[in-house]
Formats: sequence, C-alpha cells, structure tokens
Amino acid sequence: MRAQFVVSEIGVGLRRNLTMTFAVIVSVALSLALFGGSLLMSDQVSTMKGYWYDKVNVSIFLCNKSDAESDPNCAKGAVTDDQKKSIMSDLDKMSSVVQKVTYESQDEAYKHYKQQFGDSPLASSLTPDQMQESYRIKLKDPQKYQVIATAFDGRDGVQSVQDQKGILDNLFGLLNGMNWAARAVMALMLVVALMLIVNTVRVSAFSRRRETGIMRLVGASGFYIQAPFIMEAAVAGLIGGGVACAFLVVARYFIIDHGLDLSHKLNLINFIGWDAVLTKLPLILATSLLMPALAAFFALRKYLKV
Amino acid sequence: MIRFDNVSKVYPKQTRPALRDVSLEVEKGEFVFLVGSSGSGKSTFLRLILREERASHGQVHVLGKDLARLSNWKVPHMRRQLGTVFQDFRLLPNKTVAENVAFAQEVIGKSRGEIRKSVPQVLDLVGLGGKDDRMPGELSGGEQQRVAIARAFVNRPKLLIADEPTGNLDPQTSVGIMKLLDRINRTGTTVVMATHDQNIVDQMRKRVIELEKGRLVRDQARGVYGYQH
Repeated sequence: MRAQFVVSEIGVGLRRNLTMTFAVIVSVALSLALFGGSLLMSDQVSTMKGYWYDKVNVSIFLCNKSDAESDPNCAKGAVTDDQKKSIMSDLDKMSSVVQKVTYESQDEAYKHYKQQFGDSPLASSLTPDQMQESYRIKLKDPQKYQVIATAFDGRDGVQSVQDQKGILDNLFGLLNGMNWAARAVMALMLVVALMLIVNTVRVSAFSRRRETGIMRLVGASGFYIQAPFIMEAAVAGLIGGGVACAFLVVARYFIIDHGLDLSHKLNLINFIGWDAVLTKLPLILATSLLMPALAAFFALRKYLKV
Repeated sequence: MIRFDNVSKVYPKQTRPALRDVSLEVEKGEFVFLVGSSGSGKSTFLRLILREERASHGQVHVLGKDLARLSNWKVPHMRRQLGTVFQDFRLLPNKTVAENVAFAQEVIGKSRGEIRKSVPQVLDLVGLGGKDDRMPGELSGGEQQRVAIARAFVNRPKLLIADEPTGNLDPQTSVGIMKLLDRINRTGTTVVMATHDQNIVDQMRKRVIELEKGRLVRDQARGVYGYQH
C-alpha cells in the first residue's frame, strides 16, 4: 500500500466533511477532557485522604462539672481518676488499632482554645474548669473509628467520642459525588461523540461511493478501501484528544498554580502535582485514537460493503 | 474461464427468478455477446461473474474457482484478474486520464515505477497517447470509454466484462470501441459483453448467448443479434 496515496485520500475526506470533522473534534475533546478531569479528581481526593487521614484523631471527651448538670451522658457526675485509669488501661490493650494516645488536661484545652479563638468574646468569659479533659487517639487505620466508639461511648465519665474523620468524609463524599456527575456527563458526551463519528463515516462513505465502487471493481482489498475512512476518524479523534490534553494542562496551570491560584489560597490542601496530570495524557491520546477508529470500523461494516 | 452449472438466482423479496437454470461454458480467449431485452437477466449474469451476487442454486466457476466457496476476503484478489467496463464509464471526475488509469494499479499496491511504465503504454494501446493530463470532462464519450477500457486492461486481466460499453455512444464511435475490444481479445483476453446494439453483433459474428426472462434460449457460435426489439 502506498502511504502517500492513503494520506492524500484522508486529507480529501477530512476537508470534504469539514463541519462534521469539526463536530467530531469538539465532542471527542470535551468527552476526553471530562474523562481526564474525573481521573484527576479521583487522584486529588485520594491525595487529600492520604494527607488528612494522617492528621485526624479520634477524641474521647470526658465529663466535667458543668456537663454533669446538663448532659445526660454525664448524669453520674464528672469523671473520676479511677474511670480515667480504666479508660487508659483499656486503650493500652487496644494496641492493634491504636497508634498513639495523648491526654489533654483542662488547662491544656483552655490554652489551645485561647490560641485558636483568643479574640472572640466567648473566649474571655471561659474558665479552665469549663473545658473538657480528653484523650486524643491516633489510629493505625483511620477507618477503624467504630472500634473506639463501641468501646468507650456511653461509658461512665465519657461525654462523647468524636471522630474528626466523619467531618472529612462529608467533604470527600461531596467530591466523589461531583466526580460521578462528571463521569455521567463524560459517558453522555462519549455516546454523542461516537454517534457523530458513525454519522461522519457514513456521510464520508456515501460521498465517496463512486471511488469506493471503482476500487471494489479493480480489486482493492477491503482493508485498503476502509483504511482512509478509519484513519480519517482516527486523525479527527487524535486532534480532539490533543485539545483535551491541552485543556487539562491549562486547567491545572490556571486553577492550581496561577489564575485562581488555589495552591496559595487553600494551603491546607495539598494538590496533585504535574506528574499526575502528565501521566494521564498518554491514556487520553490512545483513547482518542482507538475509540474513533473502532467506531469507524464497525460503521463501515454496515455502510461500506466489500 | 467461466462455467455456469444449473445456475438460478432469486433476489430477496422477489418471486420470479432473475436467472433460471442456466448452464454454459466460456473458453479461454473467446469473445461472447450476451443479448436479451431489459430484465432478461443479463446484468444478473454479469454480477454473478463479478461475485457482486451469489447464485441461489447451482455453481458459478470463474477462472477455475468456485465462487460459492470463495471467502469474502479473497474476492478482491479474484477481481484483480478481471477487467470491467460499463455504459456510464465510471471515471473519477477529479482525476486526470493518467491518474484514473493509475488508480487501478495504486489500489492493488503496484509500485510507482511499474505505474509510470504501464500507464502510457496502455493509453497508447487504446489510442489516447498524449492525453494523459486531460480531465475526463474534457473528453468525448468515446474517449472516456477508452480511458475506462485502459483502466480495465492496465492490470492485464484474463477476462474482460463489458456491460453495454457502447450504450451511450454513437454508431461511428461504437465501431471504434468494438475494434479496440477486438484487439484486446486478440491478445488472449476473454471478453464477455452485454449489448443491445444489433449492428455490432451482426457485424462481429462472434458467439451469441441470448437470455429471455432468465432462461438461456440461444447459444450460437458466429451468431447474429437475432430478434427485433
């Protein structure tokens, strides 16, 4: 097969269907940009999980004198030294899940509170004995919160067991939801792109039925007749894939590094790096090449009999 | 070269067969006219030889191959040994004369050197030497048909199928085309030609096969057109 001949046929085909080619490029670009975006979003969520789960604690808050009056969990009065000893020894026994336990006294809690909210009017009226003593527990596996909760929730002297991870999970749930929404839009765009490709190939095959008819008569092989159409779709797809890649790179640049500049404004979050973006690009390019080619191949089986 | 054994063809959704129990043989080097009124089955006969259709019953052998047993992907290779010429020329309007002829060689992967050598040769043979760079639209009907014949013959087929090649041409021009086909036949290429042209058939005195309502009604060596239409 002569490459030059095939290349010129592809060029003719793409120009003849310029509007359709453009539509294919745009829809492939959009669907693959969403595809890449949702992959990056997953990466971002797992990066954030890794970062934050390392920092979150499970806290066991103990009853103080004022809780004893207001909180039903503390009806038996403020926590005693015996109760604290038994909690501590139970925590020691749970070394399979517990990595580290730190005790925070009322004075320390007061100090931390003052540091964080020193300016607020509430802080000035607060006294150390209104603060709660607590055990801050770092778990080996942040998912094992329930073990601590069942062991200590409702025990005498314990006001509540709080898992900071629960707060994060709401955030991650939201991000995951957005991710699934992006995937749904992506799937829809993908279907649109595929239908456009099938239609483009059909129009292309129809407008060149004279050539293909003559090719058939002089004994061109099926592959030889179909190759220009398939490669047309592949070239249009690849351009779309290129646009999608450029879009992702530009998006990473403007959202995280410059423009919106989230990396400085939200410096509590550590964002995905360039490597995460760049490793997605080959996958996107390969998809943009193969998917339209396959769609064209199957469309031609129907519209271009050999 | 061609053998039909009790061949019938029924198209889907039609009750009357287009061909009914046709048996015949065409030897290497023969020149055969296929005559019959419209709807007599001439086109079906040719389409079966080109393997554009398959026989409903019976066997079609072309170039020693049973077409029913020829798998789809081998059909192109079979067609490379056939040349085809049609009433409507079927040239590519946006390619020059030389490019149209070269197209038949490009699609079967001939090298550029071979193409450069054989295209002027075959254009000389059909009497179009020097018109390589003209567009089909600039040529007369007879010249366009010569281009089509050049394209059909450039790969030196063993069998040339012509479906009313003079159907769009005036008598004078038709004679020229027939002389050309006769010359091609004399190089050893078998020619099967469907036609409605009484004068040509009567003048050439070749074998005549007549179809009527899908049946073979006459097979005559050195025959004449034979019926009024």
